[in-house]
Amino acid sequence: MFDRDRWQEIFDTLKKNKMRTFFTALGVFWGIFMLIALLGSGEGLRKGVSSGMGDMATNSMFMWTQRTTMPFKGFPRGRFYNFNNGDTKAMIDNITGIEYIAPRIQGYSQEGNNNVVRGERTGAFTIQGDYPAYNLIDPMNINQGRFINDNDIEQTRKVAVIGKRVQEEMFKPEENPIGEYLRINGVYFQIVGVVSSRKNDNEAIRDNQSIYLPFTTVQKTYNYGDIVGWYSITAKKGFSVSDIETQAKALMRKRHSIDPADTRAVGSFNVENQFQKMTRLFAGIAGLIWIVGIGTLLAGVIGISNIMLVVIKERTKEIGIQRAIGASPGTIISQIITESVFLTTFAGYFGLVAGVGAIELVNNIIKKMGDSAGMFKDPSVSFHVAVSALIILIIAGVIAGIIPARKAVKIKPIEALRYE
Amino acid sequence: MIHIKELHKSYITGTNSLHVLKGIDLSIASGEFVSIMGSSGSGKSTLLNILGILDNYDKGNYRLDGNLIAKMSEKKAAAFRNQLIGFVFQSFNLISFKNALENVALPLYYQKVSRRKRNLIAMEYLDKMGLAEWAHHMPNELSGGQKQRVAIARALISKPKVILADEPTGALDTQTSYEVMDILKEVNGQGITILIVTHEHDIAAMTNRIIRLRDGVIAEDIRNGEVKKMKEMAFAAAN
Ligand SMILES: Nc1ncnc2c1ncn2[C@@H]1O[C@H](COP(=O)(O)OP(=O)(O)O)[C@@H](O)[C@H]1O
Ligand SMILES: [Mg+2]
Repeated sequence: MFDRDRWQEIFDTLKKNKMRTFFTALGVFWGIFMLIALLGSGEGLRKGVSSGMGDMATNSMFMWTQRTTMPFKGFPRGRFYNFNNGDTKAMIDNITGIEYIAPRIQGYSQEGNNNVVRGERTGAFTIQGDYPAYNLIDPMNINQGRFINDNDIEQTRKVAVIGKRVQEEMFKPEENPIGEYLRINGVYFQIVGVVSSRKNDNEAIRDNQSIYLPFTTVQKTYNYGDIVGWYSITAKKGFSVSDIETQAKALMRKRHSIDPADTRAVGSFNVENQFQKMTRLFAGIAGLIWIVGIGTLLAGVIGISNIMLVVIKERTKEIGIQRAIGASPGTIISQIITESVFLTTFAGYFGLVAGVGAIELVNNIIKKMGDSAGMFKDPSVSFHVAVSALIILIIAGVIAGIIPARKAVKIKPIEALRYE
Repeated sequence: MIHIKELHKSYITGTNSLHVLKGIDLSIASGEFVSIMGSSGSGKSTLLNILGILDNYDKGNYRLDGNLIAKMSEKKAAAFRNQLIGFVFQSFNLISFKNALENVALPLYYQKVSRRKRNLIAMEYLDKMGLAEWAHHMPNELSGGQKQRVAIARALISKPKVILADEPTGALDTQTSYEVMDILKEVNGQGITILIVTHEHDIAAMTNRIIRLRDGVIAEDIRNGEVKKMKEMAFAAAN
């Protein structure tokens, strides 16, 4: 295999036919380039979309109230209703498989008005009433201090956890916000923590611009009574969040006198479903990429095999001479196969390098664009995939060589010599 | 060296069968210089190809240097060709993209002789042919006579016991033909058996034995002194 003469032979024949060598190689080059570029883009898309979801528990769901769409028990359609603390308890008591349940409420704020004040500084931020469980369901990074805890809830403490943007707008960079006070909708809250989102895009902006207060404090301070805005719920291991979603919605319909058939009165969103859809979508994309990539590669390989056949025909006489002076069929077969493998591997290697290079280039451009790249993040091809591609190429090279090689030695030496 | 008994060969093309060799009996001793003559289509090349194990025969018996040459694997045939036989063709059959030296060295490549060593040996043989200066020229830069001498060097490099030449002078002018024949005579002088196919009387006359094929059998088998007599006759006829 590493006999210098063999390689000399191959270089001689390849050099002698530069054009043919070039175009043959181009087919394989293009095939592997496409495969790598496609795989890299697929990976980029997957990473982009899944980083958009942050670390949100995939077994989580959200549930909120909407207007009823059917009249029921004397109530007209189009009625608006609210969840309440009783609903929370009812769900905990009646539905098995709930891991965390986090009732949430949005604090009062007048549109466009600056609802948060600290000395000279003012800002307009979203106010959320939350339970500690919320940060387990859709976790954020705790930059400083802590999140809401059980004592805050029980004692309806006036404490606040602020998002990163809030810190940036309400504090100088050198100031430590922990222990400081903010006036939120006219009430003073002491800051106990700073958080930042793990997602990107719009959801991250929203998370970072929010102030998180104890749920019970919000209900009490802003006169919400026992109203719950919406729920975040996760399922225990072994339980389907989709089942819990169905049960919870049925329970809510019952408790709020809604027609059991009125599916639109209780709104919900199920990450499990979404995640499964996404997973299937990516599996589909990955499958498609492999099919297209392998197809392109295959076309290149068939090209090589064909060209080798033409080469054999062109070289019939030469092969005849070689055999007359003592080349065994094995020598000739191995020579043709080595030539084919060399060609595919060589061209494929350059395709691989070019493909990885193209992906790196795109990666750099995306990094320069920052967050605005959105759906696309960190496209890459794993070493594993690159190595498999090379192995596929070598095997393909052998297969591309076998048919012409067998054809070459099937011709009787005398016929090969007579060939003009 | 060569022993043939009752050798038959037919070519089958489609439904037609052409019986070319119809029972050839022939013995050639080691060191003989033999020419095969006969009209075009009489089966001279067919016989030579069978002797060179480039083609197979249908019936009979062929022994080369004591080995029975019958149906055998192509690998074994290649080994026999490489070790026992050297070929010289009318159309030279040099490999066009290899220079003279590489062409001559090629049989040794198949014997797995190292590059340096076989190039050294090839140079020696080219030198014997008076072609040392042409070693690095490509075949298309050589004259017909030079090409044939390269081909002879290539046939000799593997130290064969038999040289088989199918009309080696067929594509050459008289002057060059005689030069090539001188070389072959010299090779024969070193004890190598030579068989040439020719239809030129003057060329045949330079050999020690003439075998004439007609209608698929050996019609004449003339030796030594008789050849000299023929030569004189040919000379007389030419004048
Ligand atoms: N491969 C072949 N297939 C069919 N017929 C052939 C083949 N080779 C030679 N022949 C025929 O066999 C006969 C003898 O051919 P050949 O041995 O080449 O004659 P020579 O060399 O004496 O001119 C000719 O009639 C030729 O047409
Ligand atoms: Mg002939």
